[in-house]
Amino acid sequence: MRTYLLLAWTWLRASAQYPGPLIMMMLGSFAVNALDVAAILVIFEHTGSLGGFGLAEVMFLYGTSGLSFALADMLFGNVDRLSQHIRSGSFDTMLIRPASAFTQMAVDRFSVHRFGRTAQAAVVLALALPQLGLAWSRVWMIPLMVLCGIVIFASVFTLGGAMQFLLTNAPEVANAFTYGGSTLTQYPLSVYGSELVKGVTFVVPLAFVNWQPALFVLDREDPFGLPYWLRFASPPAAVALAAVAALAWRAGIRRYRSTGS
Amino acid sequence: MYISTRLQLCIATVYSAPGTRPNPGGIPGKPDRRPGRHAPARHRKYGCPRPGHPAGWQGRSDAHREAAFLLYARIAGYGFRRHSTYRAAAVAGAFTNTVFGILRAYVLIALWQARPGLAGYDLADAVTFCFLSQAFIGPMQVFGGGLELSERVRSGDVALDLVRPASLQMWSLADDLGRAAYLLLLRSLPPTAVGAALFGLVAPAGPAACLSFAAGLVLGVVVSFALRYLVALSACWMVDDRGVQSLSLVTTLFFSGMVLPLNLFPGWLGTLAEALPWSAMVQVPADLYLGKRDALEALGFQLAWAVALLALGALATGAARRKVVIQGG
Repeated sequence: MRTYLLLAWTWLRASAQYPGPLIMMMLGSFAVNALDVAAILVIFEHTGSLGGFGLAEVMFLYGTSGLSFALADMLFGNVDRLSQHIRSGSFDTMLIRPASAFTQMAVDRFSVHRFGRTAQAAVVLALALPQLGLAWSRVWMIPLMVLCGIVIFASVFTLGGAMQFLLTNAPEVANAFTYGGSTLTQYPLSVYGSELVKGVTFVVPLAFVNWQPALFVLDREDPFGLPYWLRFASPPAAVALAAVAALAWRAGIRRYRSTGS
Repeated sequence: MYISTRLQLCIATVYSAPGTRPNPGGIPGKPDRRPGRHAPARHRKYGCPRPGHPAGWQGRSDAHREAAFLLYARIAGYGFRRHSTYRAAAVAGAFTNTVFGILRAYVLIALWQARPGLAGYDLADAVTFCFLSQAFIGPMQVFGGGLELSERVRSGDVALDLVRPASLQMWSLADDLGRAAYLLLLRSLPPTAVGAALFGLVAPAGPAACLSFAAGLVLGVVVSFALRYLVALSACWMVDDRGVQSLSLVTTLFFSGMVLPLNLFPGWLGTLAEALPWSAMVQVPADLYLGKRDALEALGFQLAWAVALLALGALATGAARRKVVIQGG
């Protein structure tokens, strides 16, 4: 933890050496993600509801998913650069340093531009919440779901990184699950096919990032008729996925062989 | 990059073609050109052709043009081969593009089920558009990059590129076309095939639509290259070009039609987006495929932007040539 903060601060100071590009990157990151919101707004120009959900509800789903993903990406997202480090041989350097390789990977090139995404998601969530008129008896779920979302996305990032011990030449596969998971959860899952939704509920538990808890917060029927208690199952799902990810990372480190370069 | 003897010959042919090089020795059988319009631009200081500046190809002999064509065709071939070494990455990219295609298709299906016939597309057109746009990501390099140029500016290797007896922009374009051809095979066909299997895509309207789509695809890659070339060249003025890259990414994603079809954009935003060069990368080729717009007008639009941006690129290259300071090493 201390190592993480120290390294993060070092990287921040390094990136502050070129303030111009840094500001442009932060704005760029904010704007790229604002495009998703623009897309949602354009869609709602043409229709009043998407998959049975209104604009404010979709924005709520977007905001919670976006905030979880942005924070997970900020803290652990760089794990998906593992293959670059393996190929260039710099992963070897990390292994011999007296700090956890995972921490070093996660904090590598920590940069301010990652705040852009977090800020953007937080703004969307802050705008959506007052419009929903939620009961206090249901609001308590929101911080919990964001926290579980962070753990789930961080685990997916770690799994993606662990996968790169095997697929050193094809790191892009991980993007399908990390960024794909983020895109998937930005919309109500009711727009997707029921096989896909069952897959992300019971196999890769992405439905627990925001969909299942949001059904509780918004007090909605499950369009797929899944059991009611699933709405409270985010914490165990997050813990289970984190355990799998930790095992996968360890297994990856154990079978790691340097490229020798 | 591996350069074969034949390529070296090719370069030599270009270099020694009449008119590109002064003939001080007066080699028999090759009379020196009269000084004047046809004489190559000579470097003020060294009295030799300015390095890397073939003084334009205009007004050259047919042999010269043929040699230049052969050279660029060969560079394109090498671009294709160089990228074919990253097969696993291309397959992984195709997988990711397919997954995103499926996710985006469901969102569009939900929209078109709520509003059938929206924006002149029916449901099948919308899903086809979605998978086509995913298929364009590879060849059009929608997420930017694809050129080694900015990295070479930073490392100083661009010095080598600038002394080559060929235009830097045309050389990069040839290389990029080779890259696009390879990625078209590995990253465009799989998502389209999966999309067709899962959702049933629309086939092009007929042979004419196929032809105009193919032409639109090539022009789209040229426009995409010209934009990325300008972004990459900005590294000559800014040490860290990642800021420019990320702003370019925003405009490309939004105004190309990658995020949503441009004909969904309301009012002036839609008009603006249709007129900007980025629409030549995704929206126009997809519309040509679907037969949704006049082929000649659409291709003319792409061609106009391609010419304008390449001309701008040529100007910027000239400016960069004066700007670049190569640090010896």
